[in-house]
Amino acid sequence: MDFALSEEQERLRDAARELLAAECPMERVRKIAAEPSGHDAALWRAFAEAGWLGVLVPDALGGAGLGLLDAAVLLHELGRAVAPGPFLASSVAAVVALREAGTRAQQERWLPALAAGEAIATVALFEGLEARPDGGALRDRAARRGGGFLLDGTRPFVPYGHLADLVLAAFRTARASAGAGYDGVSLFAVPGDAKGLKKELLVSVDETRRECELRLRGVQLPREALLERRERAAGAARASGAGPLVARVLDACAVAIAAESLGGAERALERAVEYVKVREQFGRPVGSFQAVQHMAAEAAARIEPARALVWYAAWAFDARPKDAPLAAAMAKAACCDVYRAVARTAVEMHGGIGFTWENDMHFYLKRSLANAAAFGDGDWHRERVAELSHF
Amino acid sequence: MDLDLTPEEERFQGELRRWLRDNVPARAARAPRSGPREELGGARLAALKAWQRALDRAGYVAIGWPREYGGRGATVMEQTILGEELVRARAPALIGQMGLAMVGPTLIQWGTEAQKRELLPKIRSAEHVWCQGYSEPGAGSDLASLQTRARREGDHFVVSGRKIWTSNAQIADLMFCLVRTNPDAPKHHGISYVLIDMRSPGIELRPLVQMTGDAGFNEVLFDGVRVPVENLVGPLDEGWKVANTTLVHERNMLGSTTQTQQLFEGLLRVARRARRGGRPASEDPLVRQRLAELKIRVEALRFLAYRNLTAALHRRKGGIEASITKLATTELNHELARTAIELLGLTGPLYRGSLHLEDGGLWPYQFMFSLGMIIGGGTSQIQKNIIAQRGLGLPRSA
Repeated sequence: MDFALSEEQERLRDAARELLAAECPMERVRKIAAEPSGHDAALWRAFAEAGWLGVLVPDALGGAGLGLLDAAVLLHELGRAVAPGPFLASSVAAVVALREAGTRAQQERWLPALAAGEAIATVALFEGLEARPDGGALRDRAARRGGGFLLDGTRPFVPYGHLADLVLAAFRTARASAGAGYDGVSLFAVPGDAKGLKKELLVSVDETRRECELRLRGVQLPREALLERRERAAGAARASGAGPLVARVLDACAVAIAAESLGGAERALERAVEYVKVREQFGRPVGSFQAVQHMAAEAAARIEPARALVWYAAWAFDARPKDAPLAAAMAKAACCDVYRAVARTAVEMHGGIGFTWENDMHFYLKRSLANAAAFGDGDWHRERVAELSHF
Repeated sequence: MDLDLTPEEERFQGELRRWLRDNVPARAARAPRSGPREELGGARLAALKAWQRALDRAGYVAIGWPREYGGRGATVMEQTILGEELVRARAPALIGQMGLAMVGPTLIQWGTEAQKRELLPKIRSAEHVWCQGYSEPGAGSDLASLQTRARREGDHFVVSGRKIWTSNAQIADLMFCLVRTNPDAPKHHGISYVLIDMRSPGIELRPLVQMTGDAGFNEVLFDGVRVPVENLVGPLDEGWKVANTTLVHERNMLGSTTQTQQLFEGLLRVARRARRGGRPASEDPLVRQRLAELKIRVEALRFLAYRNLTAALHRRKGGIEASITKLATTELNHELARTAIELLGLTGPLYRGSLHLEDGGLWPYQFMFSLGMIIGGGTSQIQKNIIAQRGLGLPRSA
């Protein structure tokens, strides 16, 4: 029995915290948030040099060849820093999709470039405005044209779509079959500058992140754009019980955002605790009042069990694929709820100053709102828990 | 991360499972665990003692104790497996648990050779049942304010005072008790840890009936009770330290989360049985949301227990994990019971002996019992103080 981070993972965590403290303090977060692109190429290069962008890329293709738990360690730290940038979309979601279903040519073309930070990728998995990203319910079909495909459809909420050199877009290629492990949906490698691809930035309360609506109007792709290993991956997924490709990518995103949320919650609480230790009222630190202490204690008591869920879900993603969907759904629902609740508590513990723009607490609070909505909201994941547990 | 057992651990688990399958008393296996309890005493007490004796003879009691005291020097992992399997097999709770968890480890660390030789075997075999004399009417959360006096008279202490919430005092042979031996010392220092024969003259028991209707705990009055000085454990006036070194043994962490898992499974059966608009309640979207939320909390505590267990295996000193686990588990158990009662509708509050009774009255019982657990062993508020002050480093409240 060993339910703990390894020494390597602890070292990775410590190094990441150090790098982010130096390269991504809140002043820089504020600056990047104010940029229209919401992105800082120099910071991204620093991540690449640290080897983070290739954490999930196989070592033969220029990456570290590590697992989702290692990526979760990084995401946890990025969440603590409320770091801007397309790490989740490019280094987790897109890499997982390419790793599991990309052809050899696609992998060789994209994975080394993604690991080196020379290219940015993202995923466009869902149509419609609901926070219910059910891949199986996707309606837009990829039409077959001249040996290739013609794509028409709108994909709102594509993280960092405006920067992406590569968009992995989900389209229906067959009817969903009743069997588990195949939902008839395929991913297509769409170049970021493809003809017929339009991008429009959304404006979110969370200014540290960017999302785009992508409109594909008659985007013509060659046959090679299909993530071919879909069929084979579906077979493997059936065997492992991990479910179809889009669901698998969604699970990775759910775990990633859960890890990030946990980091954010942890840091928000730390900062609130630091503040109430020094802020005095009635002649003593407000942190000596039980009403304040119990707010902080309740937050801490919610964070620790959630941490165990994230570790398990991230580990299970690679080690126990059959348990991964349920574990991912539990981690996503729990951690995003915890983040929202803790961020709110952290604002409150700051009193009036916590309501100001000048104070950093609003960045955590806003990120917690965005995270809760992204990649399936709490209700959707809880219903998945109910379904996967055969309630 | 690696959640698999080693081959040795699997062998231990396999042997244990086989033994439990053949030896757990059948009636106990059918009765819902932690369900309504009959009065302890008579035939039931004898049966519970016999069960612990059988377990002891098979070598499955106090396995973490050193071999010289009748244990097997088992690893933390083996102790965890034992705790988990006992719950899974729905074995009766050990009547001698208090002695095994609290007195034994204290004696092993602080006791004299004579105390260990005389008492440890009887703790294992349940020949002695123990009760705990800590809380007093005026000393609950602030335990160190306790007032029960022990005055030295020759080779005896003479004890006078009152203890309260004393579980199983009515069947106990012995009490481990905190008494004030030096009223002039600072409050944490003038306390001593003594062992008191419950048949001593001058002890009066007043049974307290709990809200569940059971009379499981008591008020214990001491009026000039004579206790031989050799019943002192550890140094005179340093009983607070003696008690605290073994206050909470979190060895059965998985056992307690296994119990919570079983409660959840029971709740799920209720949800499938109960109807909403002619359909099983478990198909109602709102009910499913609530069940999922509870399941997530149950699973989070299971993984948290694995994490705490790993820390214990690496002999990392525990911090506030025990407080977080206590707080979260007791609140969750209460919530599980409340949800089951709500799903059962009008039959939810029905209790022992009623027509239309569901699950033998388990749910109202569990609802009340878990509230007792929220208060007992350090209230939820005390746990939050500990988390805030020891865990987060916030200053002590004025």
